[in-house]
Amino acid sequence: MSVFGSITRLATGAALLCGLTAGAAQAAEEVNLYSYRQPHLMQPLIDAFTADTGIKVNMVYANKGLLERLVAEGRNTPADVVITANAGRLADLVEADVLRSVTSPKLEAAVPANFRDPQNRWFAITKRSRVLYASRERVAADRALTYEGLADVEWKGKICARQFTHPYMIDLISSMIASHGEAWTETWLQGVKANLARKPQGNDRAQIKAVAQGECDIAIGNTYYYGIMLSDPEQRPAAEAVRPVFPNQEGRGAHMNITGAGVTKHARHPENGVKLIEYLTSPHAQEIYAAQNFEFPILGGVSIAPVIAVFGEFKEDPVSLADVAAQRRAAAQMVDRAGLSS
Amino acid sequence: MTLAVAPPTAVRRGHDRSYLVIGLVAILATGLVALPVGALVWFALSVEPGIWPHLTRTVLGNYTITTSLLALGVGTGVTLIGVGAAWLVAAYDFPLRRTLEWALMMPLAAPSYIVAFVYTDLLDYAGPVQSTLRDLFGWRNAADYSFPEIRSLPGAIIIITLVLYPYVYLLTRTAFLAQSRAAVEAARMQGLSASAAFWRVALPMARPAIVVGVALALMETLNEYGTVDFFAVPVFSTGIFHVWINMGSLEGASGLALMLVAAVAILLLAERRARADRRFTDARSTRPAQARAQLHGALALAATLLCTLPVVLGFLLPFSLLVGSSWHRIDALFTGDLASALLNSLELAALAALVVTVLSLWLAYAGRMSGAPLLRLGTRLASMGYAIPGSVLAIGILAPFAAFDNALDAWLFESFGLSSGLLLSGTLIALLFGCTVRFLALGFGATEAGFERVPRSLDDAARLLGSGPVDLVRRVHWPLLRASSLTAALLVFVDTLKELPMTLALRPFNFETLATVTHQYAVDERFAEATPGALAIVLAGVVPVILLSHTIRQASRPRA
Repeated sequence: MSVFGSITRLATGAALLCGLTAGAAQAAEEVNLYSYRQPHLMQPLIDAFTADTGIKVNMVYANKGLLERLVAEGRNTPADVVITANAGRLADLVEADVLRSVTSPKLEAAVPANFRDPQNRWFAITKRSRVLYASRERVAADRALTYEGLADVEWKGKICARQFTHPYMIDLISSMIASHGEAWTETWLQGVKANLARKPQGNDRAQIKAVAQGECDIAIGNTYYYGIMLSDPEQRPAAEAVRPVFPNQEGRGAHMNITGAGVTKHARHPENGVKLIEYLTSPHAQEIYAAQNFEFPILGGVSIAPVIAVFGEFKEDPVSLADVAAQRRAAAQMVDRAGLSS
Repeated sequence: MTLAVAPPTAVRRGHDRSYLVIGLVAILATGLVALPVGALVWFALSVEPGIWPHLTRTVLGNYTITTSLLALGVGTGVTLIGVGAAWLVAAYDFPLRRTLEWALMMPLAAPSYIVAFVYTDLLDYAGPVQSTLRDLFGWRNAADYSFPEIRSLPGAIIIITLVLYPYVYLLTRTAFLAQSRAAVEAARMQGLSASAAFWRVALPMARPAIVVGVALALMETLNEYGTVDFFAVPVFSTGIFHVWINMGSLEGASGLALMLVAAVAILLLAERRARADRRFTDARSTRPAQARAQLHGALALAATLLCTLPVVLGFLLPFSLLVGSSWHRIDALFTGDLASALLNSLELAALAALVVTVLSLWLAYAGRMSGAPLLRLGTRLASMGYAIPGSVLAIGILAPFAAFDNALDAWLFESFGLSSGLLLSGTLIALLFGCTVRFLALGFGATEAGFERVPRSLDDAARLLGSGPVDLVRRVHWPLLRASSLTAALLVFVDTLKELPMTLALRPFNFETLATVTHQYAVDERFAEATPGALAIVLAGVVPVILLSHTIRQASRPRA
C-alpha cells in the first residue's frame, strides 16, 4: 500500500463519515439521553419505554465529561434528558444551568420532596443507602452502629473502606458535614482514618470480602453491592459472612443517595423527556430497574426483588440531597487535608 | 558515518514552492492538533482562587513524588526489558527466537487495567495464592505473615512495565535490524568484545529509537488512570479526576494536566540537548545484514528464558487466567452486540491508524525539510497531548468543536435564517479527530525514529539528481520508511482498539466499541461480565501484532 493509496482511502473514509453524521438522531418521535449510568442497566427500561410509547431512545453513556459536553454544546445540544448515578452530579448540572424546571404532577406525586430538586430540575429514579457491613463472627448480632461511632477507638484496625476520593465516600462525608459542621467532621475523619485496617482500596464488594476473610470487622458499602453478591453463587459465601447494618437508626437515619434524571434546558423534545422520566418512576419501570441494579424503588408500594427485600424496613436520613451535595467541595478538600487522597 | 552535504542552492530553489506548501499544510495541521491542549490552557487560566493554594498545601507534593517514582520505575523497567529483548532477538540466535520475536509484542494487545485486575485477583489477600499459603502454613489472618501488597506503587510499576515495554522493544528492534552489521563488525575488528560493541556502537546508534519508545511508554504511564486508580496510587492522573469530579474544578484539573505536559517537555528537551547535533545514521545501512551469532548451551537457555518471561507475565498468564475464568461465557463473544461493537472498533481503529500514519509522515517530512521553529514547536506540543488523561483531553476537543459549531450556526442563522445545528460535535469525525490528537505521539514518534535513520546524504543526492519532494518521498524515503510507518499504523490501531475515555465522552448516540462495552461492566468491577469484551479486544489486537512482526522482518530483509 502506498502513501498515495492511503490518502485516496482517507478521502473515501471521510466522505463515508460525513454521510454517517447527517443521519444521526432525526427520527420523528424520539428522545436523546446522556447517561452517567451504564447501558446494560438502562437498556431493559428503555426497551420497555419504547414498546409502551413508540418513542425511540438514543443514548450516549459516559462516566465522565457529559456535563462538560452539555455545557459546550449549549443551545444546540441534542440531549433531552440526563441521567446521573448520584445526587452530587445532579447538583453540578444545576450549578452549570443546563437543566430546566419541569411541571409534572405525576413526578411530584411519585418522588418525595427530599429526593428532588426544590425547583423540580431533577428527580430521583431509585435510591440506595450507604450502610455498614459487620462480621457475623466478630460483631454481636444485636450491636447497633452509627457513622459517628466509626471514629471510636474500639474499632482501631477493624474498618475497611474504598478510597475516600470516590464520589460515594465524598457524598457520605458531605452528609456528615451537613449534619455536624466542618470542624466536627474533620476530627471524625481523622478518627476513622486511625481505625482503618488497611490502605483504602477496591470497590465496595472488595470491602465485604475483606470482612469475610477476616481482614477487618466492619466495611462501608452501598446496599446494592450486597444484592449483587447474594445473586452470584461465587460471591454469595462472602456476602453471607456479613450482616448489613443500617446505621443511625436511633437518630437521623441512614445516609441515602440516588440515581436521578432531569430534562435539559435546551431540549428539542422536552415533552418526550418528561415522558421518559415519568415512565422511569412508574410502578412497572420501578420493578424492572430495582431488580436490575438492586437499588430501592423511589415509589412506595412497588413489589421488590427478594435480594433487596432482605434489607427490610429502615429509617432514612431525611436531609435534602441538594444540601448534602452543596458540601462536596468541602468534603473533597477535607479528604486531602486528612491525607486520605490516594 | 554521516555525510551531510548542503545541496547547491540552484537545485533547491527549483522546488522551493512545493516545500513551502508542504510546510504550510504541516503548520496548519499542527495548529489543529494542538487545539485541545490550547483549550486546556484556556481553562487553566480561569481557575477559581483557592484551588491551587489548597493543592500545594496538601497533595501536590505527594502527587509529584509518587508520579516521579512511578515514571522512574516504569522508565527503567521498559528500557531494561525492551532494549534487552530487542538486542537478544536482533543479534543472536537461540531456541524459540523466531516465535519470541513476535510474541514479545503481545502484551500490547491487553488493556493494562484488565491485566491489573487479573493480577490483583491472583495475588491479593482473598486470592488463590495467599489463600493457599494460609492453608499450607496454618496462618489465620494477615497478622500472621507478610506478603507484598499488589495494590501499591511497586505493584503499579510492575504491571504498567509489563504492558508498556513492547513500545520500546518494537522501536528498538526495528532500529537494531536497520543497523548495518558493518558498524558492529568494524568495532569487533578493532578488538572490541561483543558486549563492548553493543554498548559503544549498537546502543548509541539506536538511541533515538529507544528515547522515542521510552517517551511513549512514559506518556502513556502519566495518562494512565485505570491501573493507578485500581491500585489506589496517588499520582497526577488520579488527582486530576479528584479535582475535576469531586471539587468540581475542570480548571484546576486542566492545570494539573498541563503540568504533566510541561514535565514531559522538559525531559524531552533535556534529552535532545544531551544528544545535541549527533546524527545516528549509517550511510551504508542498506548493506545486507549478516547472520546472527548462534548461542549455545547455558547462554542459549538463558536468552530463551529472559525473552520468555515478559511474554508469560505480560500476556500468557493474564490471558489464560482471563480465558479460564470465563470459558463458560465464551458464547457471549458471538452475540450481536459484541459483533457490532467489534465492527465499530475495527472501523475506528483503521481510520485512526490511517489518518495518524499519513499525518505523521507529512509532519516528519515537513520537519526534516524545513526545520521551521514554529512547526517543530507545534508538533512537539501536539504530540505531548498524549501525556494527558483521555477524558480531560476529550473536554479540550469538544469545547472548541462545539464553539465552532455554535458560531457557524449563529452566523448562518443571522445571515440566512438557516440553522446548521451541531455539525461536528457528537459525530464520528470528532471522535476520529480525538483519536488522532491522542495517538499522534505514537505515530509521529515511530515515524520520526524511522526518519532519523535515513541518512540526509540520500536526500541531498536525490535532490542533486533533480528529484522533487514527492519523488523524494516516494522513491527514496518510503522504501526505507515502510517498516516505521507500519509500526506507527499498528501502534495506533491497537491503542485505538483499547481507547476508552475519549470514546466515551466524544462518541455519537448509540455507538459502542469493544472498549465501551467492556467498560460498562469493568467500571463496577463486574469482571466476569466484562471478560468476553476484554477477550475480543485482545484477540482483535493480536492479529495485527503478528502481521506487523512479519512485515518488519520482511522489510528489514535485504533485497536482491
